[in-house]
Amino acid sequence: MKRCKGMVDVGRRQFLRGGAMATAGAAVAAVAPAQEAKAAPALAQIDYPSNRLANVADLKVNEPVDIEYPDADSPGVLLKLGQSVEGGVGPDGDIVAFSTLCPHKGFNMSYNGEDHTLNCPGHFSRFDVEAGGQQTWGHATSNVPQFTLRVDDKGDIYAEGCSDLIYGRMSNVL
Amino acid sequence: MAYKRQIDRLPIPPADAKVHNVTCHYCIVGCGYKAYTWPRNKQGTPENNAFGVNLNEQQGAMGTWVNPSMYNIVKQDGKDVHLMVVPDDDCVVNSGLGSIRGARMAENRPSEITLTQQQRLTDPMVWRNGVWQPTSWDDALDLVARVTAKILAEYGEDELLVSMFDHGGSAGGYENTWATGKLYFQSMKVKNCRIHNRPGYNSEVHSSRDMGVGELNYSYSDYEVTDTIFVVGANPMETQTNLFLNHMVPGMQNGAKFIMVDPRRTVTVNAAEEVAGKENVLHLAITPGTDMVLFNALLTHIVDNGWIDKEFIANSTFQGGEAVAEDSGQPAGLGSLDYAMETCRTSLGEAAEICGVSKDDIVKVAEWIAKPHDDGSRRKCVTAYEKGIIWGNDNYRTIGALVNISLATGNIGREGGGCCRLGGHQEGYYRPSDAHVGRPATYFDRHLIRGGGKVYHIWACDHYKTTLNAAEFKRVLKKRADMVKEAMDAAAGGTREELVDAIVAAVNAGGLFVVDMDIIHSQIGQNAHVILPACEANEMNLTSMNGERRLRLSEKYMDPYGQSKPDCLIADGIAQNMERVLNEMGNDEYADQFKGYDWETEEDAFMDGYHQGNPEVTYERLRAMGNNGVQEPVVGYENGKLIGTPRLYADGKFDRHGREDKKALFCAAQWRGYAAEGKAREAANH
Repeated sequence: MKRCKGMVDVGRRQFLRGGAMATAGAAVAAVAPAQEAKAAPALAQIDYPSNRLANVADLKVNEPVDIEYPDADSPGVLLKLGQSVEGGVGPDGDIVAFSTLCPHKGFNMSYNGEDHTLNCPGHFSRFDVEAGGQQTWGHATSNVPQFTLRVDDKGDIYAEGCSDLIYGRMSNVL
Repeated sequence: MAYKRQIDRLPIPPADAKVHNVTCHYCIVGCGYKAYTWPRNKQGTPENNAFGVNLNEQQGAMGTWVNPSMYNIVKQDGKDVHLMVVPDDDCVVNSGLGSIRGARMAENRPSEITLTQQQRLTDPMVWRNGVWQPTSWDDALDLVARVTAKILAEYGEDELLVSMFDHGGSAGGYENTWATGKLYFQSMKVKNCRIHNRPGYNSEVHSSRDMGVGELNYSYSDYEVTDTIFVVGANPMETQTNLFLNHMVPGMQNGAKFIMVDPRRTVTVNAAEEVAGKENVLHLAITPGTDMVLFNALLTHIVDNGWIDKEFIANSTFQGGEAVAEDSGQPAGLGSLDYAMETCRTSLGEAAEICGVSKDDIVKVAEWIAKPHDDGSRRKCVTAYEKGIIWGNDNYRTIGALVNISLATGNIGREGGGCCRLGGHQEGYYRPSDAHVGRPATYFDRHLIRGGGKVYHIWACDHYKTTLNAAEFKRVLKKRADMVKEAMDAAAGGTREELVDAIVAAVNAGGLFVVDMDIIHSQIGQNAHVILPACEANEMNLTSMNGERRLRLSEKYMDPYGQSKPDCLIADGIAQNMERVLNEMGNDEYADQFKGYDWETEEDAFMDGYHQGNPEVTYERLRAMGNNGVQEPVVGYENGKLIGTPRLYADGKFDRHGREDKKALFCAAQWRGYAAEGKAREAANH
């Protein structure tokens, strides 16, 4: 066993095998960044782009929307959960967004609509999106990064920050 | 709500950062990590850094990434330095995988800058005026030696109680187990002692050893090439994480079937089903404590169908009936397969009834373990077990019954085989003989509870949290220790001699003088009179071996916290003070037994101990072997490399029992129900 690359394929295979469990939502829209991401000089936190992800009217309860934030190399998911959660935005306080790269080894996670978790195909870690991305079981040593959201008067949803370091980066904005 | 670190970037290690080999000290698997350290005021760039990758780019899955838990600022040679401890892609144990334990090594280091692990002990402390007062090593060790020497000289070594770790990983390692072993088993002959996790000084898996089979006999790679993985009473996905992910999972991907015997369905079973498919996984949710019956039924079915390895049995196992008779110190007879079958023979129906599993499932397990392939070739099976049976009902016979199956099917010493405990901590045992302890060993806790002993040395153990009948143990130890505390309080302001006399009077009235060596102020430490601060792995160089006997040197990359020291140098200090004090008492002959402790570093302790028995092995050679190290036993040194042994007993000769014929023994594992008093009633009420 040289490396764990085989897990990528297993992950895909299991994703199909366990398809009944994972409500793999169709990608509604993959939104391109609205402005160029750039690194800033030393600040308390780095400067994030403010990117429009979707409009409140676009979202349906428990149907995940694929997003990219803060740039196209960083996949994420935008969710309307149907009930108000801590950190949720929008008229119902139920809209949240997370990175989908597992903060263990960076496999792209799928959304499980049955128990509202992000599931890693690589090594089976699970994160609760109703509890701010709390790891409920797994190998990661941080919770999944949550994107900071803002909703404007028109109902447009913007991502403007991130709670934790995104997998595969030494700085959230490259 | 989830904890948010609010960290969105990390410093970049410069290309000239120092790189240290690290073996994770948390569990037996011993994953390889690299520790990078560099000065506080330096940093690399995205293009030019210690990782050698372009950090302007998003890294892929399994790529180079540093979780904030892998970062800290620590002291090195008295200066603050950045520290990153990152999984090593090139280590064959974990291939770059981290676990929730090892991936937090950096943030679990004490730091005066980030304020992590501020509960670590910094100074020796002595009970003085009703509190623990920080003091010097000289002062603390002098008191320890004066009380200990006076008691031993007057009343004998049986009055000294010792609790000591016997393992690798943090605290232990070959350096520290040797030092404590030399002190208590060579300079002294202490018999009232116990190991960190059991109330006696004995093996957890006697029967396997008595049968000739050391319990760590395979290579982790055996999981990758086997036909069947048979796990009993263990949960490796959670507790030996990267053994499961990096060796068992590839084994299943290569077609191995997976059997789990456990009363509960665990995440390990779930993951195995995800990887191998439900049709290739069998979980036997057995009635707790009945494993022996299942193993006996499996053995019976395998023997009756002729799925045994006749050649292996003839050449490598004992043939003459009974070899060792059952008696009060020997929980089961040992001998030939035929001899064992006289008591092990169990029908499928009996086993199904007692174990609460179906006959069909027992047959399927037997077939997966031993039924030859369609082309007639033998099946390979790795058997792994842990606390579910080690600390379970009638454990001597139960483990014996399991090893029986591996021996009968010729699955020890061969590629794709092995019959091993999965283990908790790493191993690092090198001590003088413990034969004087005797067998059965003193039931330590009961001895202490009944008032035995006058002085108690505790090395990195916290029995208040972990021992059997911990509540009673705690109640009695606290009462006995408080008698000494009161005596010390009453002697406040007097001379050292008056203090020692007061302590001796108190222990003679039933009290106990307690010395605690630990990295933190533990629960049992609340009742200590002297507390000595130890350091951890990587605050010292430390050698240990993992569950496939892979020996590595985990390198020092930071200073011991405060005045703390490696345990081996604390033992060295106790011995030197014992020698000095005994000389002062005019007991020169006894004092001379404490000569031979002039170590300045942990490497000196390693050379004094492990190296003497394994002359090929030195720090320098281990450092060169890096995170892949060498699998013990080391059999040579050629072309700049240590030569190891991938698996034990490859020559079919079994020696763990010490028998000259080198034949393995089978265990007469006759079922006798729940062996411990009250267990049957407890099970019925459950």
